Amino acid sequence: MNADLTNLLYLVTIVTFVLALRFLSSPKRARQGNLLGAAGMLLAIAVTLAQDGLDNFSWIAVAMAIGAVVGIVGARSVKMTAMPQMVALFNGVGGGAVALIALAEFHNLAREAGGLAGEESVSILLSALIGSISFSGSLVAFAKLQELLSGRPIVYPRQQYVNGAILLVALTLGIAIIAGAEGDALVVGLILAAAVFGVLFVLPIGGADMPVVISLLNAFTGLAASAAGFLLHNNVLIVAGALVGASGTLLTLLMGRAMNRSIANVLFGAFGSVQATTAAAAGADGRSVRSTSPEDLAIMLSYARRVVFVPGYGLAVAQAQHDVRALAELLEAKGVGVLYGIHPVAGRMPGHMNVLLAEANVPYDQLKEMDEINPELAQTDVVVILGANDVVNPAARTDPSSPIYGMPIIEADRSANVVVVKRSLSPGFAGIDNPLFYDPKTSMLFADAKQALEQVALAVKKL
Amino acid sequence: MDSLLVFELTILVLSIFLGIEVISKVPTMLHTPLMSGTNAIHGIVLVGAILVAGRGGGDTLTRVVGFCAVVLATANVVGGFVVTDRMLEMFKIREPRKPDS
Repeated sequence: MNADLTNLLYLVTIVTFVLALRFLSSPKRARQGNLLGAAGMLLAIAVTLAQDGLDNFSWIAVAMAIGAVVGIVGARSVKMTAMPQMVALFNGVGGGAVALIALAEFHNLAREAGGLAGEESVSILLSALIGSISFSGSLVAFAKLQELLSGRPIVYPRQQYVNGAILLVALTLGIAIIAGAEGDALVVGLILAAAVFGVLFVLPIGGADMPVVISLLNAFTGLAASAAGFLLHNNVLIVAGALVGASGTLLTLLMGRAMNRSIANVLFGAFGSVQATTAAAAGADGRSVRSTSPEDLAIMLSYARRVVFVPGYGLAVAQAQHDVRALAELLEAKGVGVLYGIHPVAGRMPGHMNVLLAEANVPYDQLKEMDEINPELAQTDVVVILGANDVVNPAARTDPSSPIYGMPIIEADRSANVVVVKRSLSPGFAGIDNPLFYDPKTSMLFADAKQALEQVALAVKKL
Repeated sequence: MDSLLVFELTILVLSIFLGIEVISKVPTMLHTPLMSGTNAIHGIVLVGAILVAGRGGGDTLTRVVGFCAVVLATANVVGGFVVTDRMLEMFKIREPRKPDS
């Protein structure tokens, strides 16, 4: 296949990718868009396999078969609640692939007469560096979300200096490559140093900030793919990588804004490590909480005019999305107005709660974003908080010393009654004490969200 | 700087602007599928992986490294699209709910 035809067909792939992203602006066509993107991807792969001068087809076929099986099994078997870490994992392997492409291409080009051109060596530096950081960083993010590693920030003295030194080693090796030094060991060393940097870069970031990290690493893999496109002179890699890079960067900034924190603070603030001690102390200072029973909650809900559910990660962990919908339907049958207040960073990924509740067939028109629900809360009888914590913490509004001060929250404390369904009084993922729990109009139902909702639903039926 | 590089830089910059433009229209509700969908799209590195794996000739290092790159990139592509499809499947249009009996 000649180069012009190849590039024309790659252009078709690019169009399908852009349309796939465009179709994501409405839930109606989003799925078709994804299928269109997959078709475009298939076209690009077929076109690539039809290139002149390729051999090793049997190796490539075996490798693709292995990758496809891993991908399908992984993606099919994962539970909806574990989606964020699965996305992190797939992101990581993409980054790893780019780093390996850089190594193989360096090896190939170095053997050819004339060696590397300047921009090729810059592309090798960038794709090996960014790809490898994305690979190891995503694996750490995966391990944190899967709770193989502690979700708390892992910090040690002089962390920034150590990270800086390792990054410097990687860059020095890269500069040696650009200066014309040869030897595969240089690229291997660069990849290893970048991988260590990726691990150390993500370790000190708390579990609650993992969505931001995954989004950023997604952007990294995109940019690494673009760099590989410069290396291989391949348009579809450049464009697709740039689209992903732009998307990941934009999402990262949006999430930072939703938490009212700068991206630098998220990445380097080791958020949640210092506050753990103050939270523990505050829990012991004698303030009392009121606890309630599923039966009392059932009565309170049944006689309310409006109930707002505020879901958080606890709902996802307990797999309680179907139970909340079942309870909501029982209440609606009794004439209670039910809404859901969704904080933009509730759960572990932006929009995570929307996906879960959509899985449980909750109608979209009941899902209200933070800015829509807040003005309604003063006229709400009961707010039920299901496994959410930091996103309803009034300290964000009232306590300038709180680490989350200034973060926009769902103002649950404005409603007439608040019920918090939570397993214990322990602080949330960010490790910050929540004064809402000690508010006189708050009652706590200490239980797993799923069991609690089942019991409440049973009690509502009996009324 | 040769003209090919200038051309490629032009494509890069325009694509970034296009990306920002398209993505800023995606509602928060769909941000998780967006992250997952773009994750699948950067699986396009499979194209690069196939090229390096196929062009190496009989060279062992290229074969082995290329092989690994193809495995990883394929997992990225296939897993990415399947996960995104599973998420978006949940946003299907529903029939009006029947009243509870």
